[in-house]
Amino acid sequence: MLKIGPYSFKSRLLLGTGKFPDFDIQKEAVEKSETEILTFAVRRMNIFEPDQPNFLEKIDVKKYTLLPNTAGAKTAEEAVRIAKLAKASGLCDMIKVEVIGCDKTLLPDPVETLKASEMLLEEGFIVLPYTSDDVLLAKRLEDLGCHAIMPGASPIGTGLGIINPLNIRYIIEQSSVPVIVDAGIGVPSDAAKAMELGADGVLLNTAVSGADDPVKMAEAMKYGVLAGRAGYEAGRIPKKMHAAASSPLEGMSIL
Amino acid sequence: MNMTVNGRGVELPDHVTTVRDLLDHFKLNKELAIVELNQSILDKTTRDDAVLNDGDRIEIVQFVGGG
Repeated sequence: MLKIGPYSFKSRLLLGTGKFPDFDIQKEAVEKSETEILTFAVRRMNIFEPDQPNFLEKIDVKKYTLLPNTAGAKTAEEAVRIAKLAKASGLCDMIKVEVIGCDKTLLPDPVETLKASEMLLEEGFIVLPYTSDDVLLAKRLEDLGCHAIMPGASPIGTGLGIINPLNIRYIIEQSSVPVIVDAGIGVPSDAAKAMELGADGVLLNTAVSGADDPVKMAEAMKYGVLAGRAGYEAGRIPKKMHAAASSPLEGMSIL
Repeated sequence: MNMTVNGRGVELPDHVTTVRDLLDHFKLNKELAIVELNQSILDKTTRDDAVLNDGDRIEIVQFVGGG
């Protein structure tokens, strides 16, 4: 079970809801992924085009835990405002803190992320900050009382996989709250790798929504996460620099 | 009555006096809409009766797809 604050989840895959080709494909992808947590952004309604469909109308909202993000915020204050708007929906009290500090790399601003997380914790939110793979920053976020830490595998939308597995491992080893690898996942093996390192979950979006077949990729990601987690729990063999035969050495006199 | 809604100046008919009227006027989905009036976020359970005044600044937001 993945436990975040007061909530428990069977699935360790968190799925974003951005940039799917259409709602029907998205709905099927969400179902195939078997995710229980969906992320959303908060944006202005188009008051002059009220009939635009919304994905929330297409799904049974009660079946999912919604994790809105603060994307668009560049300062802690902006993130807090977006988080409060999200909470006013009455649909959730979890927030993914996302304070982007650089338009080119979309890397999170560490100072503003820390500040926003602290402010949101004081406001009573369940706080899940999206952060870089900086080990000490992850520790500082945990020390504040964040309910999970979400280090990026690589920059958002790149699909480059885990650039620095050592840092991700250090973050996992030191953390007593769940670590969810968020952003940069490209293929199921990236998700599996994150889970093999001991991550408690994986959050991805573009890898599924941008795939040629998002539904099939959603299912593949489910298996990637399951396989990686099972491998982690099973305990891997140590890496060795020399070969060790797996067939017996006895009884070779037949040759 | 003149107001700023989502950053745009709009002129509203006289019968629009509450948040409920405003959402109805623009035919917005009340379930999805989250309303901020003059930088104060309105509680969903009580917001429909909030009274509007000339010059108010209103933000109406919703959840959209995002990662």
